[in-house]
Amino acid sequence: MSYKPIDAIAHATPDPIANKVRGLSDRAIAWIFVAPSIFLLLAVNIFPLIWTIRLSFTNFRVNRPNNDVEWVGLRNYERILNDADIWNTMQATAHFLLWTIVLQVLIGFALAYLINKKFKGNDMWTTIIVFPMMLSPAVVGNFWTFLYQPQIGLFNYVIGFLTGADPSSFSMIGDTHLAPWAIVIVDTWMWTPFVMLICLAGLRSIPDSIYEAAECDRASKWRQFWTITIPMALPFLMLAVLFRGIENFKMFDLVVQLTGGGPGSITTLTSIDLKREAFEKWRTGYSSAYAVILFVTVFGLASIYVKALNKVKER
Amino acid sequence: MKKNLLASTASMCLALAVSSPVLADGHGVDLTLCWAAWDPANALVELSRDFEEQSGHNMNFEFVPWPNFADRMLNELNSGGGLCDLMIGDSQWIGGGAEQGHYVQLNDFFDANGISMDDFIPATVTGYSEWPKGTPNYWALPAFGDVVGWTYRRDWFEREDIRAAFSAEYGRELGVPQTLDELRDIAQFFQGREIDGTTVYGAAIYTERGSEGITMGVTNALYNYGFEYENPDQPYDLEGFVNSEGAIAGLEFYRDLYETATPPGSSNWYMGENIDAYKSGQVAMQMNFAFIWPGVNADPNVGGDRSGYFPNPAGPAGQFAQLGGQGISVVSYSDNQDAALEYIQWFAQPEVQARWWELGGYSALNAVVEDPDFASSQPYAQTFLDSMAIVKDFWADPAYAELLLAMQARVHNYVVAGEGTAEEALDGLVGDWVEVFEDEGKL
Repeated sequence: MSYKPIDAIAHATPDPIANKVRGLSDRAIAWIFVAPSIFLLLAVNIFPLIWTIRLSFTNFRVNRPNNDVEWVGLRNYERILNDADIWNTMQATAHFLLWTIVLQVLIGFALAYLINKKFKGNDMWTTIIVFPMMLSPAVVGNFWTFLYQPQIGLFNYVIGFLTGADPSSFSMIGDTHLAPWAIVIVDTWMWTPFVMLICLAGLRSIPDSIYEAAECDRASKWRQFWTITIPMALPFLMLAVLFRGIENFKMFDLVVQLTGGGPGSITTLTSIDLKREAFEKWRTGYSSAYAVILFVTVFGLASIYVKALNKVKER
Repeated sequence: MKKNLLASTASMCLALAVSSPVLADGHGVDLTLCWAAWDPANALVELSRDFEEQSGHNMNFEFVPWPNFADRMLNELNSGGGLCDLMIGDSQWIGGGAEQGHYVQLNDFFDANGISMDDFIPATVTGYSEWPKGTPNYWALPAFGDVVGWTYRRDWFEREDIRAAFSAEYGRELGVPQTLDELRDIAQFFQGREIDGTTVYGAAIYTERGSEGITMGVTNALYNYGFEYENPDQPYDLEGFVNSEGAIAGLEFYRDLYETATPPGSSNWYMGENIDAYKSGQVAMQMNFAFIWPGVNADPNVGGDRSGYFPNPAGPAGQFAQLGGQGISVVSYSDNQDAALEYIQWFAQPEVQARWWELGGYSALNAVVEDPDFASSQPYAQTFLDSMAIVKDFWADPAYAELLLAMQARVHNYVVAGEGTAEEALDGLVGDWVEVFEDEGKL
């Protein structure tokens, strides 16, 4: 048996310490490694969650630290669920979520399908397409307010040019019918490249041999698309939907910059409303209840969705 | 060993001296003044250099852009933060600042140093310093008088072709509007008109949704049509005052002005957007706080004789204007309260206030504004005086933020989004405000 320097180090370990380490089980050592992460998780995620749930049953206001905190039971939840304005923000959020996801998945998949074909300048086009998602949402929101300007905005000019309408005759962010679509358009412009990249990863993971086998069986391109491409890329598509769904449920900066939640409250999404309740009105107890309701909603929907995703992956 | 001990003691002392707020001469401290990031703040930096020279203190400034100013600074105060020694906070913060212990009460300090609130414009004392309102409890020194007023394109108003067209359409001379109805007529007249080959619009008004914009704008119509915040004889009695017939008519007026006489796309405009629209020659008139007037006057495109200024015109129930401006307070969480009070004592001096006005700051000191030369010192000086004489302010209760957000939503929903009627909007506002006051235990 050869004598290595590591053995020398091991032998140099003082006996009391060596005995102690030798006495630890694998499980104990595993806990030592995992404990800091668990501690952080408890401190940063679990404790605030439990604290928020506790606050949601009180009338606590963080800007009135000297006031008595009263236990109000389910009153905050009752007020939220009976508040028509909050249901309106839920509706605005649902509209935003639905249409951004539909458009981003359709356009993103189409772009990925095109980019996946080998052609000259492929890399350059990929870089150009991906460019919007590299920008800050606040910056995007800000410069789209200029693009949407009826008098000087490029967007209005292009629409006017294509339709013959007067560019200053409509305001994308000032009209209650157009504003919900204005935020959908900007989010789609910004995040479709992200969906495209995920779809591209999915398309590139499909082995060529499957298509070759289908060619041998004389399957048409259309048939190949529906029976090979879509089923095999579906887990990736569903993952993209999950990511975008979670991201857009908490959408804040882009919409605040674009519309400030207006006109009226038509683009006030739940995250904007929650921020106003918590950090402008300082209704901490009330906003905690609001946050708990949103958490349960997102958690419930995401759990169902992840189960469906796993089933698709198992197929 | 002894040498080492001496050396380490010396280096510790040096480190403490460097890290301590007390400056090397043993007298001056680092003072931080918090305010909004805008033109007057730059003037204050310039003005404060004299204070630094005289006192030996070092002034630092924390300026936050207006849209985030309240969020940032109220967070700072609510968390008991020590960032700011001096706070030039908005007038509506005074109730919260006093009741929640953020500000130091200044009565004893004023008495000891011969600073009298009788020496300041009464509306600014009520608006910026007193809490509860109407009582001699002072929490701030009036620092910057401000009020909503109007700027107009005097060069357009004086053009013969435009005057003739206006006269033909309305049967009267084109001039500075005396009433809100006249203002609307003029704005509608300019709306979509071609001037020197460019399409221009009537007026830029406040419509911003996110912070306080539309409320600061619409109140200029509401007050003048008869809106009251509460029953003057019974505090927090809102029904019939907030939603009186006059108030409903005032809200309808503002919506009509927005729909018929403002630039397309001006659905979320506040101070900055209005300035841009005016300076770029898009509008004939702009509503804005008076702080912008020095900038307009100096502007190469619209400054000098090309612009004029007028107070908010009268309505059927009188002539009022929305108060802006701020007082300067000492933050109770500051470790440098003595030095902060020194700054206030210095700032209150008549000669410093006169210099403040020269630099573009709106002094609220009577000695400055009542000086015989004041009205002619700047083209907008008389309009400032006239406007400060007709001010009204929004709620300054500790719950002002909730009251403000409710009004923002209700008014924007009606004026910009066009939802429901003015009556429904104001009835809804009464409901929202009653709920806030019930939560506050005031009803």
